[in-house]
Amino acid sequence: MTTGRPLHLAAEIGGPPRYEPDHYLGLARLAEGGALDYVTLGDSFARPGPDALSVLARIAPATDRIGLVPTVDTTHTEPFHVSSAVATLDWVSRGRAGWSADVSSTEAVARLFGRRPAPPAEALWREAGEAADAGARLWDSWEDDAEIRDTATGRFIDRDKVHHIDFEGEAFSVRGPAIVPRPPQGRPVTVIDGTTAPARAVAARHADVVHVRATTPEQAAAARADVHRLAAAHGRSARELRVLVALAVDLGDAETAPEPGLESGPPLAGHGTYFRGGPVDLAELISQWYRAGAADGFHLTPITPARDLERIVNGTVALLQHRSLFRTFHPGHTLREHLGLARPASRYALARTAGERR
Amino acid sequence: MHLAAHFPGVNSTTVWSDPRSGSQIDFTSFEHLARTAERGKFDFFFLAEGLRLREYDGRVHDLDVVGRPESLTVLNALAAVTDRLGLAATVNATFNEPYELARRFATLDHLSGGRAAWNVVTSSDAFTGENFRRGGFLDRADRYTRAAEFVSTARELWDSWAPDGVPRPFAHHGRHFDVCGEFTVPRSPQGHPVVIQAGDSDEGREFAAGAADVVFTRHGTLEAGRAFWADVKGRLAKYGRDSDDLKIMPGVTVVVADTDAEAQQDAAEIRRLQVSPQNAILALEQVWGRDLSSYDPDGPFPSVDPEPESGFVQGRVRVADPFAVAAKWRALSEEKGLSIRETVIETTTRQSFVGSPQTVAAGLTAFVDGKAADGFILVPHLTPGGLDAFVDRVVPLLQERGAFRSEYTGSTLREHLGLAEPVWKG
Repeated sequence: MTTGRPLHLAAEIGGPPRYEPDHYLGLARLAEGGALDYVTLGDSFARPGPDALSVLARIAPATDRIGLVPTVDTTHTEPFHVSSAVATLDWVSRGRAGWSADVSSTEAVARLFGRRPAPPAEALWREAGEAADAGARLWDSWEDDAEIRDTATGRFIDRDKVHHIDFEGEAFSVRGPAIVPRPPQGRPVTVIDGTTAPARAVAARHADVVHVRATTPEQAAAARADVHRLAAAHGRSARELRVLVALAVDLGDAETAPEPGLESGPPLAGHGTYFRGGPVDLAELISQWYRAGAADGFHLTPITPARDLERIVNGTVALLQHRSLFRTFHPGHTLREHLGLARPASRYALARTAGERR
Repeated sequence: MHLAAHFPGVNSTTVWSDPRSGSQIDFTSFEHLARTAERGKFDFFFLAEGLRLREYDGRVHDLDVVGRPESLTVLNALAAVTDRLGLAATVNATFNEPYELARRFATLDHLSGGRAAWNVVTSSDAFTGENFRRGGFLDRADRYTRAAEFVSTARELWDSWAPDGVPRPFAHHGRHFDVCGEFTVPRSPQGHPVVIQAGDSDEGREFAAGAADVVFTRHGTLEAGRAFWADVKGRLAKYGRDSDDLKIMPGVTVVVADTDAEAQQDAAEIRRLQVSPQNAILALEQVWGRDLSSYDPDGPFPSVDPEPESGFVQGRVRVADPFAVAAKWRALSEEKGLSIRETVIETTTRQSFVGSPQTVAAGLTAFVDGKAADGFILVPHLTPGGLDAFVDRVVPLLQERGAFRSEYTGSTLREHLGLAEPVWKG
C-alpha cells in the first residue's frame, strides 16, 4: 500500500570542506535536476568549512526551484539575527529557504565564544525550541500587507500590522518586531533532526520537517507515529509536518551491490543510518519503505557528495520516477509547495482580525 | 577617486511615493543597484543595518521606508550576480561575538573571491538591546574598547591560518573576550576583509586611525571635509600607518540633470517630497522630544520648549542640545518668515552635489583634489534606479578627466581601494 502522499526526497551537499561556491552550486543544480525537495548543508562552529547559510545564499540566485536548508546553531547565536538571516535567505531565493536548527553541546565550541559553558542537552534543546518559537513569531510580526505606501497620509507602513512579539524565554527575550518584512513563505521551513528524545520533543512542537533515524521500516513507522503523537499534544496534525528518514549512503561504483543493505553498526555521527549498495538497491529500499507507509520521504547524505549525489539523481531518483513514485519536475516554486505544506497566516493578523470581528 | 553605492534601508530620504520607486526588499532591487554600481566600475556596494524598528511615543514609526534584509545574507547572494564589486555589510560589534562574525566575513570573502568589507558600528542603546541575549548595552567608552578588541580578535582569527594553508590554534584572553580553539575558515582572498568605520566622535576617529581601512563620514562641505581629512590622516602616523592606508569617503547625495538650473529645480522638488507635512512635524518631534501632532506644518513654530530627557523618540539618535537647535530653528523661521515645513527643509538639506553632469563631476573632483575626501558613498533618493543617471552621465566624465577608473584593474576590493594585503601575523 502507499501512504497516499507524495514521496519527498532531500540530500545533503556537505562533505570535506570546500570554499568555492561553484562546488556547492554544481551539487545543488544536480539535486534540482532530480526535482528533489531540498538540499541541506550541514554546519558547526567547530568543523572546518564555510558558514552554511552564507553558502546557500550565494548559490540561491543561480538556482531556481531547489529548497535551501542550512544548519544553524541555536546555542551560540542570537535568535534575532538567526531569524533575520533565514528570512533573508527566503527573500533572496524567492521562497525556497529552510533552516535546520541544531545545538552545540561541546566545551570546545563554547570556548570559541567564551560567553558561557555549554549547557546540558535538555536545556540546549529547550533553548533551540525557544529560538524556533521566537523566530516564527518574528516572521509573523509583519503582516503580509503591512507595507501600504499611502501617499495621502504619508504612511509607508500600517503600524497596526507590525507587532511587538514580547517573547520571554528561559535563555533570552526578544521584543521585536522583525527588521525583515514577512518572508515569501510566511515562515521559512524549520527542519529538526528528531533522533534524540529532547530534540524530538522540540521538533514535534516547532518543526515542519523532522528527520529520524531507523534501520527497519517498522522502526521508521514507529518513529513517525511517535512524532505525530508528540505533535498532537501541541495541537498539531500530521498534515502540518513531514517525517523523513535520514540515511547516509555509499553507492559504490556498481548498479547493485552483492550484499546491499543497512548497517546497524555505529552510524556516522549526524548522518543517520548507513546504507551501502548500488543506486538500484537504494531505489528498492526507498520504494519498499515508502509503500509500507514508514515515512513521508528520505534525507540522503552521500558519503562522497560528487560521486554519490550524481548516482542518487541519475540512478535512484530516475528509477523512482520511472516507477511513478517520485515527481519528474517541481510543480510549485516554494519549498513549502514542494513539501505540500500550507503557507501559514501570521498569528498576529489572525488575532487582529478576530479582535476586529468581536 | 573611489566610489561606492549605498542601498538605503530604513531612512527618511527615499522618495517612496515616486512611481519609479521599487521594492525595498525584493532581491531584484538589490540586484539592480549592485549591477548599476558594477557597470559604473564602483569600488563597493554598501548596506547599513537595522536591529530595532524606530518608535515614536511607544509606537512603530510609520512614515519612512522601513524593513530590510539581513546584510551578509543579501551580499552573499549579490556575489552571485556581480564579479568585481566590493560588498560591504554594516554589522554591530555590540550584539555579536567575534568568532561567529569573523567566520561569516571570511566566508563572504571566499565566496565572493575577495570582495568583502565590514563596516564596524557599535550601539549604546538599551532600546536595541531588548532584542538580544545581552539585553543591556555598553556605556560610550566601553562601546569602543569592545569594538577595538572585537576587530583585533577577528584579525587574530583571520591570521590563525598561515598563508601555507595550515591552521594554528588561537587563544585570545582580553577584557571583553576570552576565546580559544581553532578557526574553521582558511585565510581568505583578501587576507582580512576590508574594515570600514563610521563615527565622528573623538573615540571614533581614533578607532578609525588605528584599525580601519575606510572611514565613512557625513562631512558634506569642502571646509568640514578638509578639516576631518587632516585630523584623521594626522592620527595615522602614531599607528605606523601612511596617509594612503585609510580612505575617507563621505556619504553624499547627487542630483543631476541637463542643466544646473534644472538640477536645482529637481533638487528642490526632491526635498519637498522628502519632507512631507507629516515628516516635518516628525523632524520637530525629534528635537522637541514630545508629541506635536496638533501643530500645522505650514504654520509657525510651537512656543513650548523641548523635553530634555525624553523617551519619546526611540531607535534614533537625538540631537545633543535640543534647546539650541530649537532656538536656531525658531530664529530662522522668524527671520525669513518660514513655516515649520519650510524651516525643516532649509535646515536639514544635505544635497551635496547638484547640477549638470559637468558641474557634478567638477564638484566631486574638487573634493578629492582639495584633500577633503578620497572618494564618495553615493546615497540615492530612489531605489533601485537612483544611480542610473549618475553612472550613465557623470561617471564617463570622471573617466575622461582621468579622475576615476575606466576598467577594474584588480579583482579584490583591496585592489580597487589600493590597500595593501595585510601582513600575516601568525
